[in-house]
Amino acid sequence: MAVGEVADAVAPEPSRKGRVLEWLTTTDHKKIGILYLFSSFSFFIIGGIFALLIRLELAQPGTQLLQPHLYNEIFTLHGTLMIFLFIFPVLNGFGNYFVPLQIGALDMAFPRINALSFWLLPVGGLTILSGFVAKGGAAAAGWTNYVPLAKQLGTGEDLWILGLLIVGTSSILGAINFIVTILRLRAPGLSMMRLPIFVWSVLATSLLTILAVPVFTAGILMLFADRNLGTYFFDPSHGGDVLLWQNVFWFFGHPEVYMLILGAWGIVSEILPVFTGKPLFGYRGVVLSFLMITALSFTVWAHHMFATGSVELPFFSATTEMISIPTGVLFFNWLATLHRGKIRLETPMLFALGFIAMFLIGGIDGVWTASPAVDFALTDTYWVVSHIHYVLFGGTVFGVMAGLYYWFPKMTGRMLAKRLGMWHFWLQLIGFNLAFFPMHLLGLRGMPRRIADYPSGLGWSFLNLLSSIGAFIIAISLLVFLVNVVTTLRKPRTAMDDPWGGNSLEWATSSPPPVHNFDRLPPIRSNRPVYDLRVAEGRAMPSVDLPTSGGEAG
Amino acid sequence: MSDVVATEIATEIAIDQRAVKASSSSVLGMTLFVASEAMFFAAFFGAYFTIYAATAIWPPLQIPIPEITISAIATVLLVTSGFTLSAGVGAARKGKASHLNLWLGVTIVLGVAFLVLQAYDYSNTGFSIHDGTYASLFYVMTGLHMAHVIGGVLFLILVFFQSRAGEFSIERQDPVRSAAIYWHFVDIVWVGLFVIFYILPQGGS
Repeated sequence: MAVGEVADAVAPEPSRKGRVLEWLTTTDHKKIGILYLFSSFSFFIIGGIFALLIRLELAQPGTQLLQPHLYNEIFTLHGTLMIFLFIFPVLNGFGNYFVPLQIGALDMAFPRINALSFWLLPVGGLTILSGFVAKGGAAAAGWTNYVPLAKQLGTGEDLWILGLLIVGTSSILGAINFIVTILRLRAPGLSMMRLPIFVWSVLATSLLTILAVPVFTAGILMLFADRNLGTYFFDPSHGGDVLLWQNVFWFFGHPEVYMLILGAWGIVSEILPVFTGKPLFGYRGVVLSFLMITALSFTVWAHHMFATGSVELPFFSATTEMISIPTGVLFFNWLATLHRGKIRLETPMLFALGFIAMFLIGGIDGVWTASPAVDFALTDTYWVVSHIHYVLFGGTVFGVMAGLYYWFPKMTGRMLAKRLGMWHFWLQLIGFNLAFFPMHLLGLRGMPRRIADYPSGLGWSFLNLLSSIGAFIIAISLLVFLVNVVTTLRKPRTAMDDPWGGNSLEWATSSPPPVHNFDRLPPIRSNRPVYDLRVAEGRAMPSVDLPTSGGEAG
Repeated sequence: MSDVVATEIATEIAIDQRAVKASSSSVLGMTLFVASEAMFFAAFFGAYFTIYAATAIWPPLQIPIPEITISAIATVLLVTSGFTLSAGVGAARKGKASHLNLWLGVTIVLGVAFLVLQAYDYSNTGFSIHDGTYASLFYVMTGLHMAHVIGGVLFLILVFFQSRAGEFSIERQDPVRSAAIYWHFVDIVWVGLFVIFYILPQGGS
């Protein structure tokens, strides 16, 4: 470590231009991880502004702000950006930064392909967004882009297809890189059953990605051919099958949901043991659950299509209910980890607990709608909007925030402020529930989703107003978060190497780590090597409130 | 503290071992990529059988029953190229560079011959991409496959030049093995396409 620091001190400060060039051409997984996080949060902000526009329009009956077609473009790109350019890549960002560190590797297996898979992302995202200046406007058929509507709209649809082709390629390349890295570059002693649970979640996500995303790529190529080459894949008037799109889309789309949540499960399963001072309850059970969900997620797609009347209801209902068994195992293990633990309510832990509570609601929603009888009543109502947001915002975004507060000191050498973190958490929790719980009730009262306006007098107006207020509270909570990040980045690097008392290998190196990640690795004899080292050296849990001046705690 | 020293030495050795392992990572990476490509084509085969099952007469009446001779020859050439490339991989494993060059050259020639025959076949189908779902499936699926064959030929040409430059040895033949995995995959997909577009329609159901 000393050698690295001397080198840092002696090396001349690179010029501003040199630094920009370094970030543009880097193949260091840590820098690429940060690029992923930065890019994802940029798209999060754009998608978030779209969400606020939607909520402004729906705050009261009547058309105030967005004409219906523009409204359709906005909600379509809100969903597309949030799913493909925020949630999936933000988890990839953590994966990029922490998978090599957690397995004690020097870098990813293919560093240059890693850089390529990152740089494809902003290109794809901007391609999709460029639809706003295209003839006929941006894509406007929803993130699920059902035909025949998707065939009839303007050039923006083609840009949507092209953009997602690029994003999909990026994710496949990234997933191959993760799998090879995890299978081939583990440190000595780090067997598969000693892998940190976050690494398992990335491995499962990557398996889903390489098997599901190409099916989506095939689907959007068929759609592109139908729109531009005169083919008839989805055109029933010429022998095509309009439901073929839905089958292809959801064959990808449901595994996609798990790609968007597995990483968050991994993060939370890392954080709970650290802040309870206990090992993760049932490590093997969690791994097995991840793998079972990975496999089962390919058998449930048609539960999105119950209302079409052309799917085998009992089969897809049964497989969907089955997937709640491994998910239930996860909940049980998280709660058992908390049970009798010495719980430290640091900011990462708050978000992890928020995740468990919110994702529980989203999960139970899912179990209900897996019943065809309930599903028929709720299909395409606001209930569905509520469900997806309880899973992807209440679930994944709370998990992502937990991960950010947890790993921020490792990535930057600085601790995010605890007080602002508390404000962020409580505002986000209150705003989130205010924004999305009323949508359950709106769905039960029959309000359809994806409408630009609604009449008054149906009992929808007040709940919509509440939801809009909630959306703006979420926006304020995220502003608090951004203030916290910006002010913290201006402070000196005072974070310790292992500020939380972590278990996995990233805490065995400096904060931030040197370019080559490790000067030395502790011996790995369990799935908590850093904990083992602490015990072996007879050190107590480090005090979180007392930052030391140097990074020499190891 | 001796433990720490021991660990450091162990780590250095391990990093060396990992450098060796990393060299075969490209073969694993290519295998995973091919798995992904298999799902890509599986989606199209799924689309084919979905539409096939829902269509009473296959191929539809306006589509002529395909002429099988040319594509049968093309199929034989492509399948043969799989064997010649396997012979090349065998030569590479034994470090016989001249044999490797020869087999790679033969494989490339067979691949190009396949492309020429398929281009010829396209000009004789008697229907265009606008002629219904059968035509959609035929041109999109064989066209995407053709793009993969072109990619494979370029890949093999690259490996051929590397081989001529003497870059392969008994210790290092990963690019050859990767190219072979990819080429075998393209080969197998073609056999599937040959069955559904040339043999299945012969029944005239």
